[in-house]
Amino acid sequence: MSDPILTLQGVHTDIAQYHILENLDLIVPRGGVTMLLGRNGVGKTTTLRTIMGLWKAKAGEITMDGRNLVPMATAERARLGIGYVPEDMGIFTDLTVAENMSLAAASGTLDPQRLNWIFATFPALSTFWSSEAGNLSGGQKQMLAIARAMAEERQLYLIDEPTKGLAPAIVSTMASALRDLKRQGASILLVEQNFAVAKALGDTAAVMDDGHVIWTGEMAELANDAHLQERLMGLSMETL
Amino acid sequence: MINILLSGDRPRSILLSVILLVILVALALAPFLFPGVRSLETAARICIFIVLVASYDLLLGYTGIVSFAHTMFFGLGAYGVALASIHMGRGFDALVVGSALGALAAAVLAFAIGLFSLRVRAIFFAMITLAVASAVAVLVSQMSELTGGEDGLNYLVPRELTPAFRFGEAFGIKLNGRLLAYYLVFASCLLLFLVLLRVVNSPFGRVLKAIRENDFRAEAIGFRVVAYRTMATCLSAAVAALAGSIFAIWLRYVGPDTTLSFSIMLDILLMVVIGGMGTMYGAVIGATLFVLAQNYLQTLMGSASDATSALPLIPDLLSPDRWLLWLGVLFILSVYFFPTGIVGRLRGVR
Repeated sequence: MSDPILTLQGVHTDIAQYHILENLDLIVPRGGVTMLLGRNGVGKTTTLRTIMGLWKAKAGEITMDGRNLVPMATAERARLGIGYVPEDMGIFTDLTVAENMSLAAASGTLDPQRLNWIFATFPALSTFWSSEAGNLSGGQKQMLAIARAMAEERQLYLIDEPTKGLAPAIVSTMASALRDLKRQGASILLVEQNFAVAKALGDTAAVMDDGHVIWTGEMAELANDAHLQERLMGLSMETL
Repeated sequence: MINILLSGDRPRSILLSVILLVILVALALAPFLFPGVRSLETAARICIFIVLVASYDLLLGYTGIVSFAHTMFFGLGAYGVALASIHMGRGFDALVVGSALGALAAAVLAFAIGLFSLRVRAIFFAMITLAVASAVAVLVSQMSELTGGEDGLNYLVPRELTPAFRFGEAFGIKLNGRLLAYYLVFASCLLLFLVLLRVVNSPFGRVLKAIRENDFRAEAIGFRVVAYRTMATCLSAAVAALAGSIFAIWLRYVGPDTTLSFSIMLDILLMVVIGGMGTMYGAVIGATLFVLAQNYLQTLMGSASDATSALPLIPDLLSPDRWLLWLGVLFILSVYFFPTGIVGRLRGVR
């Protein structure tokens, strides 16, 4: 395994009176896709939000490239080079597609080459460039959310269920975009319920249960072992 | 050229463009089109309130911050000019120094309020601004040696801006310092409005809109929400103070009732809502309609009441004394029929 870009050690996160993350340990290797798997409600989204600082870790350490993220504000973590795509897509519906994209560029100006690549990946975005993002379809909104994270090269991408509720054709576009990112050597921590996508993209996997990681290993190993899947997640992923 | 002046933010509706053009031409030629002291007072007040409301729109409509301290900043600018004119003597230097110090004081106060209270939830911020504004209004009333208390302050502006300064006649209108003062008000307000339009259409304005929509999302893509909110509050306060300075130059009098009262704050809120939040052009429409209604609704109702004197009940309903009731009805109707404000509605129909 390559050196880690992100390490979580003994992280605890509470939401109101509920203990959501309990002594969570997680290592995200540099380069490649790490799948964060588990049943609903085990704390996958909370893990991503805790890494971003949207939920405060009550205890534990979160380090990226040796820098402790815990005392940093969310904006500061983002400026370190973390691209976060939340489950609800996180786009600004009152702004145009162009405005949404330019917000993602630190300088306010998008690199034309990178923009061409984004347009080639998601042609719909070029069609609706001047439209308000609120008028896009669900799939187009998700494309915009991913494209916004792709607007600049990031150290790490945190992506929460990018294919949730999307039509198969759009899922395939989304998977292809993520594959492109992976090919460029990006480090991605991906929460994904679609097994086909997880299997196709994942290099390593971490399975969560009850607020902590119960298994880590190669994605291929998990994908090829139905018994292991049954034991870790209560059902075979092939049935999802 | 027009696109550059409007910072690429065109009205996006033919009807809206026509209305805005009519307002612009009417204000630009007001001394010649509507001669008379009252109409000139109304035109100047419209110009000033357009800037004041637009500066509030930057806060409420573009950043999503509810503040009740806007008249306080307006008052700071006005008192800045008054105090500078009294202590430095009449002159343009006093107007410049007073305006600059008023704007600076407003920005510093806004910075202090923002730094301490923009982290809290919106409702608490609104309450804090209300408390600070009330405290300042009481302070101004009580520090009568400095501020003139409830009586306010009278002062002299440069002679070139007074009716006593005459320099000829054109189109049957006597050209005097009052006319110069009006064009100073008009030009300053136009410039400030265009500056605000530039601000909201800049990358900074884009971030403000993003924060208004979802501050967590904005933070997650790297924008320090508190810093941006504080900057918007300072900028909005400084522009409100400049509007106050222009008002003070025009009125040659400042007092708590004319610049600091809570009723002005309510008027500003109504103008923003009627015109359309987060549009800037809404400030133009809202301020024009509201100031016209404030100044002429009573007269209009008096005429209507006389005209219907033979009918039962109606003359009573249209009595000029009931103008506030009708203003309230007009407000309710406008909110009901134009929930996104007049500009939002006009942009919707194209």
